[in-house]
Amino acid sequence: MSTTPPAPMITLDAVAKGYGSTRALGPVDLEIAHGGITALVGPNGAGKSTMLTIIGRLLGADAGAVRVGGLDVATAKPRELAKVVSILKQENHFVARLTVRQLVAFGRFPHSQGRLAASDHEAIDEAVAFLDLAHLEHRFLDELSGGQRQRAFVAMVLAQDTEVLLLDEPLSNLDMRHAARMMQQLRDAADVLGKTIVLVVHDVNFASVYADRIIALADGEIVASGTPDEIMRPEVLSRVFDTPVDVVEHAGQRLAVYYRPVPVPTGSDPSRSEPTASEPTRIETR
Amino acid sequence: MVEIMSRAGRMPRAATRTRRHLGAIIAGAAALAFIAGILLVDNPVPFGLPGFWIIVESRAVAVATIALVAICQAMATVLFHTATGNRILTPSILGFDALYALMQTALVFVFGMAATQVEGPGKIVVQSVAMMLFATLLYGWLFSGRRQNLHVLLLVGVVLGVGFGSVSTFMQRLLTPSEFDVLASRLHGSIGNANPEVLPWAALLVALIAVVVWRRRRVLDVLALGRDTAVNLGVAYRREVVGLLVVVAALIAISTTMIGPMTFFGFLVATLTYQFVRADHHGAVLPLAVLIGLASLTGAYFVLQHVFYAAGLVTVVIEFVGGLAFLIVILRKGLR
Repeated sequence: MSTTPPAPMITLDAVAKGYGSTRALGPVDLEIAHGGITALVGPNGAGKSTMLTIIGRLLGADAGAVRVGGLDVATAKPRELAKVVSILKQENHFVARLTVRQLVAFGRFPHSQGRLAASDHEAIDEAVAFLDLAHLEHRFLDELSGGQRQRAFVAMVLAQDTEVLLLDEPLSNLDMRHAARMMQQLRDAADVLGKTIVLVVHDVNFASVYADRIIALADGEIVASGTPDEIMRPEVLSRVFDTPVDVVEHAGQRLAVYYRPVPVPTGSDPSRSEPTASEPTRIETR
Repeated sequence: MVEIMSRAGRMPRAATRTRRHLGAIIAGAAALAFIAGILLVDNPVPFGLPGFWIIVESRAVAVATIALVAICQAMATVLFHTATGNRILTPSILGFDALYALMQTALVFVFGMAATQVEGPGKIVVQSVAMMLFATLLYGWLFSGRRQNLHVLLLVGVVLGVGFGSVSTFMQRLLTPSEFDVLASRLHGSIGNANPEVLPWAALLVALIAVVVWRRRRVLDVLALGRDTAVNLGVAYRREVVGLLVVVAALIAISTTMIGPMTFFGFLVATLTYQFVRADHHGAVLPLAVLIGLASLTGAYFVLQHVFYAAGLVTVVIEFVGGLAFLIVILRKGLR
């Protein structure tokens, strides 16, 4: 591995994006250090995916500059950029019919331009093994379950072997077992392979348990940022998500609880502690 | 156990390869047989006399034209599907056939019967260049700046196509019946329209395009994964797609100026090819598409000329079959 530069891995400088007259993001300034997992959390429409896709150069910013691994994403050569940063979006549809291994092999394209050398096959094997796909290697993608297909796409970006990995909701379509497994695999990728991983995650509890750093967005702005311990607090989360959130601690893990307002016996907002009999109507009217 | 698993896993891959090779062998053999048939069957001069070869030579012009058209249409449609990420569209949706019809109509409308005397490389070059220019301007404009939306491009193509069609129809109303008759024979694709003077130029251009496309086949594979994945893998997406559409325009322009517009032939060929190639990559799809195109066009020509004695109808029949295939594919996809 090359020497780790002291400079931040990802830098956003006054990055802004709007659609028509509505502002989707920013202006945002942000630095993300080398290594570890950074989770972007926030309510729907907060600008998480917008920010991630701008960092991953799938979307152009209206203003500001983004640098990843020392390269300006707007001006750097596409091929050089593809060796430094890879991005995986939530939805991946195409008409071509491919096997898992063929898909993962595409991850080597920035390095091989399609002519696979022995080292490329090694990287493909590693990525396939890393995500437990060896037994599905030669299956076609349309023969897989949603979760398996998701893993195949993650294996593709892993095979790309970039320092920075950007993942937009990698846990969508995954059940509990596969979601937890995916996060463990990403944690391994950060710890063992030394990747810098930035991901958008819907469930803050995954961010709390697996991430090194959480960045909370709301209305296109960064409203909180810090370690899970700093962000996983009732007052912070309630403000970010604009809904009552409680935080409990279980086996050293801080978990947000927000599924139904908990009636607190003393000194709480009376509107939130109605008798249970009236609950169903209240939920219906919302 | 591990050995069994890996072998079982490899099976579908081997099976698809066999299937593809089988398809290539059948299509190649059929094309060769039909070409030989077109050249040799029903030769009025007995074998061995010098006249025999003169007739074969004159028929070779038709064969060469068919081959070029098949290569153009097959490649153009496959590349168009790759660029648009959609396998139901055909290049004619971009208004090329309509543009060709408009140019022909305008020629007859403005110059009358005299226009029919204008033939030769000059006319072909002007037509091809005009169509390429149109394509480059349209795509360049539509993909420039913030408007890089393929669906908008296709919609504009449809609208322009309808517009060109209306203008052509209007001009056709004003033609004399004899002028209209001359025009109609041009507007329906016909191998009889083939012009031997143009052949070498067209062949050279097609060969050049084929070499360029073949060398970039791996980039095409990445483009087929869609914009986001292609950008992620370091492909300059916009540049590649505009380049691809200009190549498609060039191929369609060459084919159209040689034998007139064909809407569904390319679609028929591409759809057949996808049936044979299950694990897609352009290294497999493109050659097979060309072979299948060659086999079906030579086959149709041979059968119609030597069995039904109706050579002029080749493209009409091909378009009929292609249109049927198009409807079947649309209905089947719609039902799923």
